[in-house]
Amino acid sequence: MKQLTVLSGKGGTGKTTITASLAILANNPVIVDCDVDAPDLHMLLHPVIIETQEFKGSKLAEIDMDKCIQCGLCQEACRFEAITDFKVDAMRCEGCGTCMLVCPEKAIRLKERVCGQAFISKTKYGMMSHALLFPGEANSGKLVTLVRHNARQIAEKEKSNLVLIDGPPGLGCPVIASVSGINVGVIVTEPSVSGIHDMKRVLRLLNHFNVLSLVCINKHDINKENTQKIERFCEKQKIEVVGKISFDPMVTEAMVSEKPVVAYSPESIVSLEINETWENIRRFT
Amino acid sequence: MIISIASGKGGTGKTTVAVCMALSLHDVQLLDCDVEEPNAHLLLHPKINEAKPVHVQVPVVDKKKCNYCGECAKFCQFNALFVANQEILFFPELCHSCGGCAIICPRNAIKERKRKLGIVKKGVADGVELVYGELDVGEPMATPLIAEVKKQTKNHGTVIIDSPPGTSCPVIESVYKSDYCILVTEPTPFGLYDLKIAVEVLERLGIPLGVVVNRAGIGDIKVYDYCKEKRIPILLEVSFDKRIAELYSSGTPFVLKMTEWKEKFQQVFDEIKMRSA
Repeated sequence: MKQLTVLSGKGGTGKTTITASLAILANNPVIVDCDVDAPDLHMLLHPVIIETQEFKGSKLAEIDMDKCIQCGLCQEACRFEAITDFKVDAMRCEGCGTCMLVCPEKAIRLKERVCGQAFISKTKYGMMSHALLFPGEANSGKLVTLVRHNARQIAEKEKSNLVLIDGPPGLGCPVIASVSGINVGVIVTEPSVSGIHDMKRVLRLLNHFNVLSLVCINKHDINKENTQKIERFCEKQKIEVVGKISFDPMVTEAMVSEKPVVAYSPESIVSLEINETWENIRRFT
Repeated sequence: MIISIASGKGGTGKTTVAVCMALSLHDVQLLDCDVEEPNAHLLLHPKINEAKPVHVQVPVVDKKKCNYCGECAKFCQFNALFVANQEILFFPELCHSCGGCAIICPRNAIKERKRKLGIVKKGVADGVELVYGELDVGEPMATPLIAEVKKQTKNHGTVIIDSPPGTSCPVIESVYKSDYCILVTEPTPFGLYDLKIAVEVLERLGIPLGVVVNRAGIGDIKVYDYCKEKRIPILLEVSFDKRIAELYSSGTPFVLKMTEWKEKFQQVFDEIKMRSA
């Protein structure tokens, strides 16, 4: 079983759009959405949920006001500014328990907190593992780890050879959780100064984790000069550019009709380019 | 006045709006809190005049004092400490720097040391004071660095905060205590879905908000229906324009070339002032 993650660093370069099409082109993949705080892949693949799990990612401090003597030691000890006026701010509490430790009256306890839900679903193109972190909750990395664990179990059960992961933007904990132990990282970039800057940082991250990196340039014709810059950079670094995809307003139309591009307009140039990209990627899976 | 700019979905144009707004106002500071992938400096090209490393506190165990009782590992909610058979292991990337292990250790064997997380840089460009953080590659924890960027908030004039995408802890840290939040969206199903999650977060935080619709004209009208239903003001629409996309791609904020937009951003600012008064 091979695991492949689509990444970008910068948001909005086309990760989800491309992943949805790759899900159709690959043969019976397990499809994974690791962007747990702003998941979008389900809008294109319409999964039917088979199983829902509660995600208890962290704990929350609770002060028993009957026991509290308002000494303020908890406030002093909390490094997350989560306690003011002897009240716990759930949006800031990390559930570390330090306040509980310093309370002389044993008035504080940690309670479990449900931070989101993980789903195992069925789509037309394969099984899907995804999740939703409740708005403003912490510990998205842990939820990503759960989603990936579910995906590997499904892949074993279904004898699937490919776990196809749509990664979150950025570079921090949910991204690290999305790339640890994978075989291939496909970086979807765009020919903008920001796209290039962010691609380079993601590349360094993938190198850090010894993951094979491939690059796909989306909307390559928006800035040909920058596209050449990306190609020259990749050639120098010996990174394969597996695809160049053109800008086409049809891609937004496909999204509005909630279909992957290759299903919405299979004969279009963009679909042909995505097909070619997949043919280049599959050699590594 | 502190105005944060967030979105839910990535790539909707947060940084463009933040930078263009900053360039249209006077006495303004821009804090780029997307420390995982900071981009504002790529549009502003500031002259950097300060760069300072940022550290977090992590435990160091004095092995002479430690008797491997395991209390610290039992306490740590993040599994950053592991004790077994006369051995204690520490996983720095899991540590949240709460300091609890040092308190719980019955033998006083745990002290804290500094561990580098990233850097905070300061610079100036076109009259805008820019502060941004750069998380070291491979570091998972963005929030302490965001907190450090926010510590540089000046106490006069206008402060604009460019938030990272998403709706989890780094976003909360970025928008926390701002007077108003602009949510930048695009009129597509992805834009709308992620906007709804972001609105929920801001409502929970009690921060008043308005929407900027970027790339107006693409997609559909459901974003407008949603805003109308929720009575969320649409502060500005930026039509999809290939020229804007091209300027962005080469690292130029479009208000510098299409100067008529400065006035529109000033109007947005005035409206925000009025609404949050």
